[in-house]
Amino acid sequence: MADLSTDRMTTWLLEAAADLEQAKAYLTELDAPIGDSDHGVNMARGFAAVRDKLTAAPPADVGTLLKTVAMTLISTVGGASGPLYGTFFLQAAGKAAGKTSLTLAEWTECFEAGLTGLMARGKAQPGEKTMVDALTPALAALKAAAGQPLEQALAAAAAAAEQGMKDTIPMLAHKGRASYLGERSIGHQDPGATSSHLLLRRLAEPAG
Amino acid sequence: MNGTAAQATVGIVIVSHSPDIARGTAAMVRQMVQDQVPLAWAGGDCAGGLGTDVTRIVAAIGEAWSERGVALLVDLGGAETSSEMAIELLPEERRARVVICDAPIVEGAIMAAAEASGGADLALVQQAAEEACIP
Repeated sequence: MADLSTDRMTTWLLEAAADLEQAKAYLTELDAPIGDSDHGVNMARGFAAVRDKLTAAPPADVGTLLKTVAMTLISTVGGASGPLYGTFFLQAAGKAAGKTSLTLAEWTECFEAGLTGLMARGKAQPGEKTMVDALTPALAALKAAAGQPLEQALAAAAAAAEQGMKDTIPMLAHKGRASYLGERSIGHQDPGATSSHLLLRRLAEPAG
Repeated sequence: MNGTAAQATVGIVIVSHSPDIARGTAAMVRQMVQDQVPLAWAGGDCAGGLGTDVTRIVAAIGEAWSERGVALLVDLGGAETSSEMAIELLPEERRARVVICDAPIVEGAIMAAAEASGGADLALVQQAAEEACIP
């Protein structure tokens, strides 16, 4: 498969909804010691709403798809991750307007716009124990894979996100509820970085 | 929760993760300023649990809308993030007339409303809220 078609992207998000439903307890468990124990429930609820929207009216192009995902997450997630992921998908959608498929270069551009928007929304930088710590290395991997086959690039991005996720464990939290815990946030894997990795892994490895 | 006779003053919106805190804070504000100030609150997520709901915040800003602007009082980080998102979803001509006060939610809301009830502009209302805990 050379490009990311609207179908492929739709399938990704539907499968991600199933992943997040399955990971609900795990994400909540990660969130309990350093957050407000709602990340699993919030993400599962948001993506269940995404699944319903996409099933009811399959979007005709990637821009519409990403925008639908954005607006659904913004209105249904119920925690800060709603506006954060919502902004990611909304900014990505802006770069995909009217396109029925994305090349690797186009997806990288979408991803960069999304991450820039997310970082502005969360006023977050890498190293602060957030989803940014999974998404930033993923973007770097996509850029480094420019010109390579799409599947290879997506796999590299997922692997980079996984490493970034693990790298949040020793970090001191600077954002969100976890930051109130100061030193006690050290030693826990960030739930937001974990959900980011889940999403990118599923894009690289469709369940089919 | 519109202050119908009060369109000439800045409006106040309370945003909390907890519906109880949002409703209770609004009640305390109401006791201070009766219906002199347009007032609305948004509390909890869309499923009725603890959290924030961007759609509800957009609606609350609409309920408390005043041509002189609206000041938001929020509790924890997620309420601020969701409120910023809500402001971005407003019609463009309204966006610049909504501010989020960097203030404790209860004290800030009461100070902001008291200031607003005297006819102060949005910047002064925000300032009153943000000075709420400075002795």
